[in-house]
Amino acid sequence: MSTYTPPTWNNKFVRWFDERLPIVTLMHKELVVYPAPRNLNYWWSFGSLAGIVLVIMIATGVFLAMYYVPHVDHAFDSVERIMRDVNYGWLLRYAHMNGASVFFMLTYIHLFRGLYFGSYKAPREVLWWMGVIILFLMIMTAFMGYVLPWGQMSFWGATVITNLVSAVPLVGGDLVRWLWGGFTVDNPTLNRFFSLHYLLPMLIVAMVMLHLWALHTKKSNNPLGIDCKGPNDYIPFHPYYTVKDLFSLGVLLLFYAYFIFFAPNFFGEADNYIPANPMVTPPHIVPEWYFLPFYAILRAVPDKLGGVLAMLSAILILFVLPWLDTSKVRSATFRPMYKWFFWAFVADCLFLGYLGAMPAAEPYITMIQFATVYYFAHFLVILPALGWFEKPDPLPESISAPVTSQA
Amino acid sequence: MMTIVKRTLVAAGLATALVGPALASEGTGPALHKQSWGWTGIFGGYNHKDLRHGFEVYRQVCVTCHPLKHLYYRDLMKIGYSEDEVKEIAGNYEVQDGPNDDGEMFTRPATPADRFVAPFANDKIAAMVNGGAVPPDLSLMTKARKQGPDYVYNLLHGFASDAPGEPAAWWLKEREHAGEEPVFPETKYFNDYFPGYAISMPPQLHEGIVTYPDGKSPSVDQMAHDVVSFLNWAAEPELESRKTMGLLTLLYLGILTTFLYGLKKYIWRDIHH
Repeated sequence: MSTYTPPTWNNKFVRWFDERLPIVTLMHKELVVYPAPRNLNYWWSFGSLAGIVLVIMIATGVFLAMYYVPHVDHAFDSVERIMRDVNYGWLLRYAHMNGASVFFMLTYIHLFRGLYFGSYKAPREVLWWMGVIILFLMIMTAFMGYVLPWGQMSFWGATVITNLVSAVPLVGGDLVRWLWGGFTVDNPTLNRFFSLHYLLPMLIVAMVMLHLWALHTKKSNNPLGIDCKGPNDYIPFHPYYTVKDLFSLGVLLLFYAYFIFFAPNFFGEADNYIPANPMVTPPHIVPEWYFLPFYAILRAVPDKLGGVLAMLSAILILFVLPWLDTSKVRSATFRPMYKWFFWAFVADCLFLGYLGAMPAAEPYITMIQFATVYYFAHFLVILPALGWFEKPDPLPESISAPVTSQA
Repeated sequence: MMTIVKRTLVAAGLATALVGPALASEGTGPALHKQSWGWTGIFGGYNHKDLRHGFEVYRQVCVTCHPLKHLYYRDLMKIGYSEDEVKEIAGNYEVQDGPNDDGEMFTRPATPADRFVAPFANDKIAAMVNGGAVPPDLSLMTKARKQGPDYVYNLLHGFASDAPGEPAAWWLKEREHAGEEPVFPETKYFNDYFPGYAISMPPQLHEGIVTYPDGKSPSVDQMAHDVVSFLNWAAEPELESRKTMGLLTLLYLGILTTFLYGLKKYIWRDIHH
């Protein structure tokens, strides 16, 4: 499979162009004949779906930016103008707003798929790293995007989160004023957030390229988690996975469209339709649903700096995951114990998400602390230990073996 | 595939089971009386007659204190007013314009191209006139509160007394039960649904306060229903075209996805795994 001979292009212009910049050959190699394991299930669609939603986000965002006014006196009203007076502005904005939620859903499922099937293990550690960096950039981008409409949650969310920077010892106070561009969250903050909200998605695109490059270098993992051994184990990406991903895309768009057209504010907070008012603090400041587990971890530690470090560690720990998991077997299918710990971890993350939405009071604080300890124990205790205690089930000979033996 | 879906549900179930005992209800006032609004559901839409009646309530009552700044008078043509009617409605209000060629600001009657004229020149004067509270803009009110339409509808009904400083009996009982002194601000009105119960707005809707174009005087319930309908339209004027486009989009995507599924099955017919 490593030998690729580019075809001779019939069209004269294509041939001429491709000799000078072999982009047609590149597309042919990476998107048409690219060898993919024949047994990829629908969980493997989520990566490409997330990529498509990234494109939708950028496309809608570019048009929204043509009408949005990044100024504290006009931002809220300019968004309402988009909703009312710009042709199909409501469609652009609702697609962008719900797109953020859909993007995170897809990315989280994609990430948990990687966890279940051991996609982070050798030789795909760098591929995994690129993914973690993308997640981190997405979090930054989504946070800044939520500030732009300049509603009550925008303003107070920005205030709470930027204040975390003040936890840095010695220079925290200076750092946060530098970040704000003033002595509070104000117009300079909104301006730079708008600028960065436009910049970071471009970095995400760049990281996605690297993610794909790393993927195509070591090829896809698969539900069995074993290496592809011969041509029987592979099928060309096109037409098999192009059509499979297209069908998945159809299902995704049905889901996405339902929210855009029939429940556009389902994921939002009513308070963000109140213009930002620095003099009135909302009773509950809650982040968007996709930040809730991290927000819970932030509140698990009674100390501000400790909370920030815990929250950052919750993401950073993913970088070293390939070495914390000591099992040589990738797929949970053949790991009788890990399988259960995986679902316990999923439950823990959902539980943290629920707790993140609750007020910072008992009994929630204690629950958050237990759930946070379990979150880290999963990586630092359970995964390293499982490699020793668990006896994996026998692995199949090859990807095509179970099929041929059945037939 | 199905087992994984099942396990995710089990995991979610486990998470909620852990949470269950923690869900203690907060001892707050009466629950919202839910109304059935015509614009909910995927086929929902507005009744334009209700919207026009609701506008009558707004312009005969609410407009005294509440702005509606995201609306233009021209928008009224979308709910069935003719251009002449809109011109006449707009002409009742004065807007400040200018400066003119002499460098002077001047006032002129509003036109359909003007935004709804706010009752107060600025928040300071609004607060001064209204006992320190600024009457909020209503353009987004039904979106800016949880269960917005029901909230506004109930709020308009939820006054314990027409006089300020008179709390509801249930609230007094609750204080007594908790062994607390029942302290309620003298100048505020008690409302079952307002956060903290003490609202600066006196009860507004009384029988006979509004006259509809047909000369009839609607009931309080009718006025509340109509004005909430109007406010929801003011907050979501795109709702009807959004839902129409949504239905067509889902129909299109449904057919397309069915075909794609067939195509996938066809292309994969010889691949076993």
